[in-house]
Amino acid sequence: MNDVLYLAWRYLAFNRWKTAILVAAITVIVFLPLALELVLERSSDRLRARALETPLLLGAPGSPLELVLSSLYFDADPPAPLTYATVAGVNGTGLATAIPLHLGYRVSTQPVVGTSLGYFNFRGLRIAAGRMLALSGEAVLGAAAAEALGADPGDGVVTSPETVFDVTGTYPLKLDVVGVLAPTGTPDDQAVFVDVRTAWIIGGIGHGHEDLAKPEASGSVLKRDGQNIVANAAVVQYREITPDNLADFHFHGDTGEFPVTAIIAVSADDKSGVLLEGRYQDAGAPVRAARPTAVMDDLLATVFTVRQYVLAAVALVGVATLATIALVFLLSIRLRRAEIHTMTRIGAAPGRVAAILGAEILLVLVASLVLAGILTALATAWGDELFRWILLADNA
Amino acid sequence: MISIHDLDFRYSRGGFRLQVPALDVAAGERVAVVGASGSGKSTLLDIVAGIRKAAAGEVTVGGNALAELSDAACRDYRIKRIGLIFQAFELLEYLTVRDNVLLPYRIGRALKRQADIDARLDKLAGETGIAARLDRYPEQLSQGERQRAAICRALITAPELILADEPTGNLDPENKQRVLALLLEQVANHGATLVMVTHDHDLLEPFDRVVDMRDFHGADAA
Repeated sequence: MNDVLYLAWRYLAFNRWKTAILVAAITVIVFLPLALELVLERSSDRLRARALETPLLLGAPGSPLELVLSSLYFDADPPAPLTYATVAGVNGTGLATAIPLHLGYRVSTQPVVGTSLGYFNFRGLRIAAGRMLALSGEAVLGAAAAEALGADPGDGVVTSPETVFDVTGTYPLKLDVVGVLAPTGTPDDQAVFVDVRTAWIIGGIGHGHEDLAKPEASGSVLKRDGQNIVANAAVVQYREITPDNLADFHFHGDTGEFPVTAIIAVSADDKSGVLLEGRYQDAGAPVRAARPTAVMDDLLATVFTVRQYVLAAVALVGVATLATIALVFLLSIRLRRAEIHTMTRIGAAPGRVAAILGAEILLVLVASLVLAGILTALATAWGDELFRWILLADNA
Repeated sequence: MISIHDLDFRYSRGGFRLQVPALDVAAGERVAVVGASGSGKSTLLDIVAGIRKAAAGEVTVGGNALAELSDAACRDYRIKRIGLIFQAFELLEYLTVRDNVLLPYRIGRALKRQADIDARLDKLAGETGIAARLDRYPEQLSQGERQRAAICRALITAPELILADEPTGNLDPENKQRVLALLLEQVANHGATLVMVTHDHDLLEPFDRVVDMRDFHGADAA
């Protein structure tokens, strides 16, 4: 058997380009349907699991899919905002507890999620190092985010500037990392969690600057008129919240009018959930409810329908490719008739010659299957990201 | 070594027919077979090698009546006891010269590779002048070197009979004489019997005997 495999291997190695093309062709027709099936199954399971854990979402009128994808996976561009007053409104119904989500900012490539402590309890997120959020300006990192940013409790991370060339825009804020979460295998691992007020400060709604009432600020003061103080542009704006300047941070305007991207409504029971959902179903209302499971099921149903067509197309291409490969082998045997003739004249049994040719096919198949297996493993490992990227690219 | 009596062969699809009333070749004899194209020289070699079976008559090679051997036994006998050399060398392009020479051991289950096979290969390659070419592929060799490699392949199993079908047919005059001298030398060294088909009468001088196919009946059977 060793000799048979050796001769088969020598033939394939000598004709390496022909072999490589055959292996590539078989690999593709094995890999494509296998990877598609596995990636879709696994990714859809994970997407559905995340949706199942989130019973009801509230957001501004618009695409429910956009709302679900951005609120659950933090990847899509956030939809139009709600007002923070909605949070109090939902809590006031007594039907559910409202967890605000403010999205849209980033630290490097990691999404900043402004929320309340209720989010951590709701998702079952556990601190692995450091402590939970306590003050504005603090951040707790998901496990993957901490690794990506190379940050531990005690370190600082800086939000990405949103409007570099806009002097009135959003500027980076340094966040103090106070904790790192245990890994969960969900999008929470990628997030930088902050208090929703901190998110507003990142957005420039809240800010901190030197106290103009203090005597040392007189250099910036242009005019004092009772309670009103007019200062020039030299007034110092704080880009980091510290215990010393924490009291200097404040918000102008009504907090209830401040934006949140979405609200997770955690109802006490199914009935409460249905009742709450009913309150936000009016077409003209400023707040719309979305059931993530229903939204994801609609999306996945479309995806699986497309999958059937893709698999059918791959099957057709596969049959055509296999037929071509079979033809290549048959033509190859014809071309090698002289070689086969020589072996049988020297004394090789026809079965031995057939074994050598069979071993060549076997080696090509084994190489293709191994390669397809490796590619499928890689695709499965990166499948979630790939799948979400495809979905989000389609819905961005 | 070879004994043929009342041989009557014809191809299954009809056409050519070869009849050999009697032909005997003694062990160690060097016999050249000459004849016109289509006279049955190569067919005669195939019959002696057991590649083709005669419809009638007796063919005995090395004491074995070929008609009584099964196809498998015939193949085993051929690969162990007979060395074949072809006009077009018939080296496998995807094997190095070393692997080509050792090919009988890789395709024949009847052959067991002895411990000294590599030493024998090196010795044979040295004697035939291809020691430096063992790791090259046939396409990297000259015509003469290819035929030397083919001679090595025929001799590696230490056969008692060498059947050479116009081994110099594809060589230039200078290489013809060299390869023939080498073949005769190796046959003598191994104490083998040689039956060589040729239509080149300039090469006949060193042979013990010349068999002319005109002495037999080889013709199209209309």
